[in-house]
Amino acid sequence: MRPLADTVSIDEKVGLKVSCSPEKLLVVAKALKEAGFDHVVSVTGVDWPKQGKLDAVWHLSSYSDEELAGGIAQLSCYLSRENPTVPSLATVWESATFQEREAFEMFGIEFQGHPDLRQLFLPEELKGVWPLRKDFELKKRRDEFWRPRRFFQ
Amino acid sequence: MASPTVLPMTYEALSQVSQEEGLIELQVGPAHAGSGHMRILVWVEGDTVVKVDPDVGFVHRGVEKLSEGRLYVKAVPMVERPSLVDTVNANLAYVEAVEALAGIKPPPRASYVRVITAEISRIISHLYGIAIFGIFLGTSTVFMWALADREPFIDLLEEMTGARVTCSHIIPGGVRWELPADFGDRIETALRYLENRFNEYEKLWVKNPVVVARTQGVGRLSREDAIRLGVVGPNLRASGVKRDIRKDRPYEVYDQLDFDVPVRHEGDCYARLLIRIDEMRESMKIIRQAMKQIPDGKIVYDDYYNKMSPLFKKIYDEGRVKITQSLTSLAPPPGEAVSLVEGGRGEMFYYLVSDGTRFPYRFRSVTPSYRNLPFFTHVMPGQKLADVPAIYGSIDYFPPEADR
Repeated sequence: MRPLADTVSIDEKVGLKVSCSPEKLLVVAKALKEAGFDHVVSVTGVDWPKQGKLDAVWHLSSYSDEELAGGIAQLSCYLSRENPTVPSLATVWESATFQEREAFEMFGIEFQGHPDLRQLFLPEELKGVWPLRKDFELKKRRDEFWRPRRFFQ
Repeated sequence: MASPTVLPMTYEALSQVSQEEGLIELQVGPAHAGSGHMRILVWVEGDTVVKVDPDVGFVHRGVEKLSEGRLYVKAVPMVERPSLVDTVNANLAYVEAVEALAGIKPPPRASYVRVITAEISRIISHLYGIAIFGIFLGTSTVFMWALADREPFIDLLEEMTGARVTCSHIIPGGVRWELPADFGDRIETALRYLENRFNEYEKLWVKNPVVVARTQGVGRLSREDAIRLGVVGPNLRASGVKRDIRKDRPYEVYDQLDFDVPVRHEGDCYARLLIRIDEMRESMKIIRQAMKQIPDGKIVYDDYYNKMSPLFKKIYDEGRVKITQSLTSLAPPPGEAVSLVEGGRGEMFYYLVSDGTRFPYRFRSVTPSYRNLPFFTHVMPGQKLADVPAIYGSIDYFPPEADR
């Protein structure tokens, strides 16, 4: 794993943490799958506007390997906020299919090679808005409809 | 018996026949009790389902985004709302993540109280699942029975926490209420009541030839497919995978309690029903042990108690914990933490990122119903249209929980 990924560490609050660049992602993912991580628990993004980057984060775990059963591996990939494209891991783990659709509609992460990259939860009107990014401000939207009373401020 | 749950929404929907494929598109839901708050697009050839596309998001409320503007402790009531039938486990999973992030450890008594409430919540969740399964098979008697049999347990939660469903009982570092006096007796009464009822369920319903005929061999998911698709909870264990977070990654005091993980290998709707009943029996075992083993002591961590004002300490002695500034000003150090909790329907996975402020920087919640979505796309095709409600009922899918 170490020669493939950029950083590999063990965090007691998370588990195995692996990060790599989008080019190496598929190779690293296949290595993790061979190591026994057979399903995806979560696919999401974390937006860091100040650093100008957007992380795509996969959390993996294992059903079939008893040693890894309770463990979590976190695979993250640093993308640019302007053009977040990353190879889809739904080809490696089928359990990522729905969650990558959610990460796409919430963060605008383009998963290349995904079999069916449509919106999942959000209505059509919110396409291209990317609500879970930090520059989408709920408060600004709320103030258009509702002026908060002083008590709540 | 004609199934009332599958109805086309409009005449246009019925007449939308794809010429090349000869398929008819049916829309189940969204405004129908048969689908919950979601729409299932079903393409049929004759009465065989060919393709299914779950259209979710009708009850999406953006919990992940909303929590970014709330204090850590104020997010507790919001986080438990999506999985309304199994609130305690959702609450516990969130608090586990916050505690890991902030490095707080609850005292043993609080851990035991958490385990007791979590198992009561699991029983409530399974009974609700069985009720919904019953009504989907057209047996409204079981629907009424199971919903009514939740009541003794909901009453226990109310007595314990002051709320029937939305308890918000678990806070970082402890729990909010002390156990009431003579609580063990009342739990025992409720458990014995349910044990007796199980016999009647078996006679009327579980071993009923009609139920067996409608569920056995229907909606089969093999072990390999269950692992590949990453389904969770009782649905996974019904397919022969022995996976329970309480055993594999013990949290709270589950490693000190003795219980089994029921596993079946058939992987069909009937196995998923039997697993739920077996799991309720295991939950009873856990509650009884926990009530016996529960130690004396505080229900919040020492530092929290020491910082209370004399008035709050007086209220604490009456068995109630006030939220003080040490919780509202909780600002975990920058970092990230994950928590996995075995809820009633399966694994709850929460991922928290902190940037050192009093608000979560990023909060990710993955609920069991969300991870059971592949059942629609991979298990329903190839089945008869009339079996769609049976499969839907058997996986205990809860749209608000999946949409979050």
